[in-house]
Amino acid sequence: MTFSPELEAKFAKMIGNYPPGRQKGALIPMLLYAQDEVGAVTEEVIEEVAKRLKLSRVEVEEVLGYYTMLTREPRGRYHIQICTNISCMLTGGEELFEHACRRLGIGNKGKTPDGQFSLEEVECLGACSWAPAMQVNYEFHYQMTPEKFDRLIESLRKLQ
Amino acid sequence: MKQTLLVPPHPLEKRVLTRRFEYPRTEPVWIDEYLQTGGYEAIRKAMSMEPEAIVEEVKKSALRGRGGAGFPTGMKWSFVDRRSPKPKYVVVNADEGEPGTCKDRILMGYDPHRLIEGVLIGARAIGACRGWIYIRGEYREYIEIMDRAIEQAYERGFLGSNVLGTGWEFHLSTHTGAGSYECGEETALLESLEGKRGNPRLKPPFPATSGAFQCPTILNNVETFCAVPDIILNGGEWYASLGTPRNGGTRLVCLSGHIERPGVYEVPLGMNLLTIINEIGGGVWKGRKLKAVIPGGSSSPVLKADECDIPADYDSLAKAGSMLGSGATVVLDETADMTKVLARLMKFYAHESCGWCIPCREGTTWLKKITARLEEGLGTERDLETIDNISQNMLGRTFCPLGDAAAMPAMALVRKFRDEILDRIRQAEAFAPAPGTQPLVVL
Amino acid sequence: MANMVTITINGRQITVPAGTLVIEAAKQAGIDIPAFCYYEGFSVQAACRMCLVEVEKMPKLQPSCALPAAEGMVIHTESPKVVEARKSMLEFLLTNHPLDCPVCDKGGECELQDMTFRYGLGESRFLEIKHHADEKQWSPLVFYDPARCILCYRCIRVCDEGLGVGALGLSYRGVSAEIIPNRGDHLECDECGWCIDVCPVGALTSGTYRYRSRPWEMNYVPAVCTHCSNGCKTTLSVRNGEIIRANNRDRSGINGEFLCVKGRFAFDFVHSGERLQTPLIRKDGRLEPASWSEALKAAAARVRASIERNGKAAVIGSTRTTNEENYYLQKFARQVLRTNNIDHHRSGDVITLLQALGGREGALATVQDLYTCDAALVVGADLSQQHPLLAVQLRANWRHHQSPVFVISAGPVREDQYAARSIRAEAGTEADRLEELRADLQARRNLVILYGPSMKGEAVRRLVAFGDSLGIPVKYVCLVDYANSRGALDMGLLPHLAPGYRPVEIPGMTLDAMLEAPDLDLVWVVGANPLEGGRRFVSRDAFMIVNELFLTETAQQADIVFPAMSLYEKNGTVTNVCGEVQRTKAGPKVMGTKSDLEILGLIAAQLGFDLGVPLPDRVFEEIRREVPGYNVPLALIATGGAAPTKPPAVPAEVDAQPELVRSSGDTLFTSGTLGKYSKKLGEVIEAPGRLYQVLVP
Ligand SMILES: Cc1cc2nc3c(=O)[nH]c(=O)nc-3n(C[C@H](O)[C@H](O)[C@H](O)COP(=O)(O)O)c2cc1C
Ligand code: SF4
Ligand code: FES
Repeated sequence: MTFSPELEAKFAKMIGNYPPGRQKGALIPMLLYAQDEVGAVTEEVIEEVAKRLKLSRVEVEEVLGYYTMLTREPRGRYHIQICTNISCMLTGGEELFEHACRRLGIGNKGKTPDGQFSLEEVECLGACSWAPAMQVNYEFHYQMTPEKFDRLIESLRKLQ
Repeated sequence: MKQTLLVPPHPLEKRVLTRRFEYPRTEPVWIDEYLQTGGYEAIRKAMSMEPEAIVEEVKKSALRGRGGAGFPTGMKWSFVDRRSPKPKYVVVNADEGEPGTCKDRILMGYDPHRLIEGVLIGARAIGACRGWIYIRGEYREYIEIMDRAIEQAYERGFLGSNVLGTGWEFHLSTHTGAGSYECGEETALLESLEGKRGNPRLKPPFPATSGAFQCPTILNNVETFCAVPDIILNGGEWYASLGTPRNGGTRLVCLSGHIERPGVYEVPLGMNLLTIINEIGGGVWKGRKLKAVIPGGSSSPVLKADECDIPADYDSLAKAGSMLGSGATVVLDETADMTKVLARLMKFYAHESCGWCIPCREGTTWLKKITARLEEGLGTERDLETIDNISQNMLGRTFCPLGDAAAMPAMALVRKFRDEILDRIRQAEAFAPAPGTQPLVVL
Repeated sequence: MANMVTITINGRQITVPAGTLVIEAAKQAGIDIPAFCYYEGFSVQAACRMCLVEVEKMPKLQPSCALPAAEGMVIHTESPKVVEARKSMLEFLLTNHPLDCPVCDKGGECELQDMTFRYGLGESRFLEIKHHADEKQWSPLVFYDPARCILCYRCIRVCDEGLGVGALGLSYRGVSAEIIPNRGDHLECDECGWCIDVCPVGALTSGTYRYRSRPWEMNYVPAVCTHCSNGCKTTLSVRNGEIIRANNRDRSGINGEFLCVKGRFAFDFVHSGERLQTPLIRKDGRLEPASWSEALKAAAARVRASIERNGKAAVIGSTRTTNEENYYLQKFARQVLRTNNIDHHRSGDVITLLQALGGREGALATVQDLYTCDAALVVGADLSQQHPLLAVQLRANWRHHQSPVFVISAGPVREDQYAARSIRAEAGTEADRLEELRADLQARRNLVILYGPSMKGEAVRRLVAFGDSLGIPVKYVCLVDYANSRGALDMGLLPHLAPGYRPVEIPGMTLDAMLEAPDLDLVWVVGANPLEGGRRFVSRDAFMIVNELFLTETAQQADIVFPAMSLYEKNGTVTNVCGEVQRTKAGPKVMGTKSDLEILGLIAAQLGFDLGVPLPDRVFEEIRREVPGYNVPLALIATGGAAPTKPPAVPAEVDAQPELVRSSGDTLFTSGTLGKYSKKLGEVIEAPGRLYQVLVP
């Protein structure tokens, strides 16, 4: 399998970032970037990455199950991660998450039937001073409120 | 339009690391601006110094690691055997996972070249040939900023096969994490860097002798490295004088929670905790009263309001039974529900335990289940004893400090807010089992 | 070399080499420190925290499995703090453990159960709902129950470090962490089952043993594996005459706890429905069941007739029968049938080796030598596929002592993973490449050379000459096929050599000559299948008697078939590939069968010959007296040890007949004719040879 030329170039550079014979270092970045492009860490991605880094399949799977950002199941086009850890919890993160569940009609780690949105309650996103915080894909949204959330969803829907 | 994460400067702040952060900028300081404002002067100076002298300067600065453990940085660097035939490496811990902490993102997001310069100086001090900045996966934005800054540094000859024309070869790149708090622990981070699960490693050997790819390595937090250029430029003594004895310099404090002006501020080490909250942070929000403070990230034991009138430095907080940790300061007002706080934190640690050792894997999960039940209102008094005892059984016995990080706040919360939690239990008495019988099982 | 340090454990001073792990030092002092994840010989994990001890001047309890002993250390392993910590670790472990001991295979021999009994709390404080994950089947032989797993990582380590297969990994995290197999939902591996064995709890269970018995209902019988030539001790768990499982948990024997898929699982042929349980006599062209007395009488009569008319007789012996049987069989051929027409399926050129060594003592490597030698050279063999124990030994030697392995083989082998040098050479040309390794090998303190069946005759002589020229002590292993291939040679199942390789006056027919001879009158085949693949004796009219377990191609052509016992059903000794003699004991019973020794004894008696009492111990006594090299210490083998034999001097003029050496080329998952009757082996066939090609990119 091949990836987009940009990603191929990135991978080519990335492998050189680790000492000779230790290309395994590139495993986690490769899986994450491949997932961003393909939508999930599919069987094909596992095989391909294992082949390129000269790893056994089990070495890839060990990592795959460990890191929460890696997934075998495709997420929604917009993956919404809402932090409910301490700072966000104190400032309305849990309410925001519950609101999001109601608004999208899905629960934690759920996906809307149209595949547009998926939702996940996550641990601290490192945005505590701007709590409550959430991420849509890799984009942060700070000091969220249910109203701001609704407006965001609306604007994302319009983008399609 | 991008939102600024900066705050207007406060007169009590001492801006060293954040001196280029004029509010309300949204864009990072790129290389030209960095150079115009004295950037990369420190590495030029460091190149003219003996490596030992660099380490000596850092030792004098009384700089302590800003990642959480507060280990003296100069001492850590001095453990690396420069004569080892193996390549030496520098690793930056930008995993920023400790709940309440959001400072490394600011440093990388607004002044990325400062980090690069700090890394270069550290690399020079140990004779390293390569470095990695391990950035948590969620911070793609900052990975991209660092990537661009690194590219600029390569273009201008600050990185590459001939740094500043001195013939020294040093390479630097970012490395993304993919969602794991434990990967902030230094040896788990190294495992992750090598493409494995974030299981911690056995120590010794310490990273200084066997770190990244089994080679001598220095590993420090972003903020730690960012402090280094000024130490080299202005001298270790100058830096040390900004703080208190053995607690040199300034530090970034991340104010969050029930506070009027949350944000990331730079203050001298040793500034009184209440001053930070009331003056810089504008006090508890909504005019409410202070109930408690988590002074160093979620793993630091909570302080009750009346315990907060102390200097915020490593030693004073340790004396108060807590820790400065990662500089995250979470403020809780009088309405804060401590049972909920307890339950939420335990859920976090259970989720983030790597599972390698028994006491952490099983202990965090058990704590999570009991505290969730308490929050539901289905606890008994005995549960408090159990929480305390489980925590003690974990403390100091787990493979890595994550177990302690869960046990310490749990113990502090059940001890200091025992009455409040008991009240919660009593309120739900109608549903509670008859005295002497086993409580209901929920979950 | 090692400097010694003195430490104090529980008030007792012990002196150990610096760096010895405290848990090991304690063991030497007779102090037991409980542990789950610590496993001797494998990497330290320090994960279970059961082994925490108190060390004076150290604030925290220390894992003794990861703590090197240092001068003056004062350690307490039973202090209140330690006892309390242990209790809490067990309490933690049990929180999510299903406590299904009453139905768990491991019940009664479970380390968690034992440790809880010894060190645990009497009551439970855990009131929450347990974390659960469903059991999974990974292969016909390996099942995994994550709920029971305590994550000690032993399984991962034996597979990865011990075997170099690396089929197991760890995935997910926290309380959800579990062991995963290498092919998504299933395993593709050697299926050796070592992981099942080392699992301290019932998390990994065996497809053949699951839910079949309780450990205390079985008798444990020390047998030697019948399959390959390595001579692994396999302890048979026998209940009511039936083998329920095989393993070697007591680590007796040369293999410790290691067994390959055949040793651990392929015992099921014993109770196969196809076992012959009654003698057969050909009547009107068909084999019909007969009683033992009828068959014995018929056979004796036919043998007597043949002797009387001076008919040409031929005897083909077995590579899986005991030394006693082989010895008795050649005596039967030579004294009763008065013929040297006796042979067997030869699979390695041992004769040339012995000739080249000229009786030199200490030139045959033992299985233990493979673990202690300073270097090993493997020529023309795929060790991991064909000699699993020898491969494991070499690997352990490399892991523990960094002793290098050099390979000259026709294709990729698993040893390539860690070999200091691997050379590819077409079969038969390996000897041409030896010189390339001279410098490397000369630099070592000593060497063991193992060679496969592609090396014979001149090539073996060149190999020994090369070894001699290195100027370092060199020992040899000639790789042969089956449990007693080596014993068959030593016991003189050869047309030109009597026991101990003593030339006979008038050599008899070789196996090939027997098949081609036009004038045979009588053929007796014991535990061999020379007619495999539709071959026939040219002497179609020769009367054929066959002792067999199954109605093999050969047995189908017989006139009389005696239902024989397998190696697991009888007592005796066998000699492994390294020339080490071990005793094997009778475990299961299969009704209607007799040992080959008994069959031959009965016939000889009926014919009025005295070949000695056909009892294994008596025959072995004679072997010790009569067969050069076999005067082994009885006490050693009686207590389960392996006694190396001395290489007998084989006269230079003896024809080694290298052209008769033809290995059957078995893999990990085949075992000649016998293998076809093991259902389990049939179920797990993994494409042989593919595995290590995946691992070595
Ligand atoms: C569970 C755990 C999580 C940690 N997470 C972080 C982190 O996110 N960032 C960080 O800089 N240090 C973290 N640390 C501390 C590091 O292990 C290490 O002490 C630090 O990176 C060293 O750098 P310093 O000396 O500059 O502080 C963590 C420690 C533990 C035990
Ligand atoms: S399967 Fe058994 S041996 Fe392997 S880690 Fe789990 S408990 Fe240990
Ligand atoms: S044996 Fe030491 S931690 Fe498990």
